[in-house]
Amino acid sequence: MAEKLDVRGLSCPLPVVKVRNKLTELKEGLLEVLVDTGTAKDNITRMANNNGWKVETKEQGEEYLLTINK
Amino acid sequence: MNLKNWFLSRKTIIITGAFIGIAATALQKLGNPANMGICVACFERDIAGALGFHRAAVVQYIRPEIIGFVLGSLIAALVFKEFKPRRGSSPLIRFVLGFLAMIGSLVFLGCPWRALLRLSGGDGNALFGIAGLVAGVSIGIFFIRSGYNLGRNERTRPLASWVLPSIMVGLLLLLVFRTQLPTGAVFFSTEGPGSQYAPVLIALLIALVIGFIAQRTRFCTVAAARDVLLIKDTYLFTGVVSLVIAAWISNIVLGQFNPGFSGQPVAHTNQLWNFGGMVLAGLAFALAGGCPGRQLFLSGEGDTDAAVFVLGMVFGAGFAHNFATASSGSGPGAWGPAAVITGLIICLLIGFFMSDLSKNKKEVSV
Repeated sequence: MAEKLDVRGLSCPLPVVKVRNKLTELKEGLLEVLVDTGTAKDNITRMANNNGWKVETKEQGEEYLLTINK
Repeated sequence: MNLKNWFLSRKTIIITGAFIGIAATALQKLGNPANMGICVACFERDIAGALGFHRAAVVQYIRPEIIGFVLGSLIAALVFKEFKPRRGSSPLIRFVLGFLAMIGSLVFLGCPWRALLRLSGGDGNALFGIAGLVAGVSIGIFFIRSGYNLGRNERTRPLASWVLPSIMVGLLLLLVFRTQLPTGAVFFSTEGPGSQYAPVLIALLIALVIGFIAQRTRFCTVAAARDVLLIKDTYLFTGVVSLVIAAWISNIVLGQFNPGFSGQPVAHTNQLWNFGGMVLAGLAFALAGGCPGRQLFLSGEGDTDAAVFVLGMVFGAGFAHNFATASSGSGPGAWGPAAVITGLIICLLIGFFMSDLSKNKKEVSV
């Protein structure tokens, strides 16, 4: 069962900070993140990759669903 | 690698920083003021002057660089389907932060972009400004770690996001036609920094390119420092380093590199307030989520809260010159230090009350 996080509407750097905090807490597993800007998507993807997590991005209309796992 | 991902590679942010550095020094060579090829705060201040919001006769001009930044970002956002009209994340607080960011910047005499360009031109005073900027951003990070949040924005109708780009088109028309009313407006400086400018078309085209690539690469001079300190991410920092090195080399090639502290163009040597001004600016930018350039790029991609921040900066520029808080080459203005201290107190209050440090944290869920 994947954990879920909704960071839509938050200003930089809050989306990446919230996801980073969650990943630190999880250590490993699956996290689904709902994002609504390209900047937040890119920042989260880069941070997750830098910390050894894999990220899959799926466009959902004007939003993105990031599936992060390790 | 597709085009979208190419824009986000390390190589591309290095190219972006280098392009901005070279473009800024070239704009200086083509007529913009010394060590001020691009300065978002100074140029917004010049626009405020051109519209008569202040009457400092030496800093009045409609800078096409600001117009190009917004419109270039708008074009990129439309092309790459990232134009997303949004509003409602504490706009009035963002207005105040924009106001205070301008107050601080004009005490130092430059925004983060100009601090970097001043350094690459040999102005040692910029080191104190950059130190202040990092200090201000560090305070901002403390609040972010403490749950600072201006609230979620929400989608709005597209018209709202076309307001600032439309204002930019209006400014461009005023610049091109040089409208003169009996009141004297539009005001154009005949001497001083405001009278020094690169050819309009070249400046506009360069700014459009910068706006376009900065929207794609997310270039931000404040997030460059913030991301290193907060999440150990050096992506944007690489771009800033690239900017400084490219501008430095370009300045040497163009004969614009003059190392030293005294006699630097549009700068003063009061290091306490060079530092203090940028602590305020750095903190205000960090609390607003990005540098003044980034606020323009966000405005172009539909973020009306960033547009409100920009308008706050323009308002702050009018205030700074009308109330003698802006510095000059001879030092801080009469009310500059008091304005910085007051501004810092206001920013600290915003940081405190908009974070989990305040007692009412459980009352508001964002």
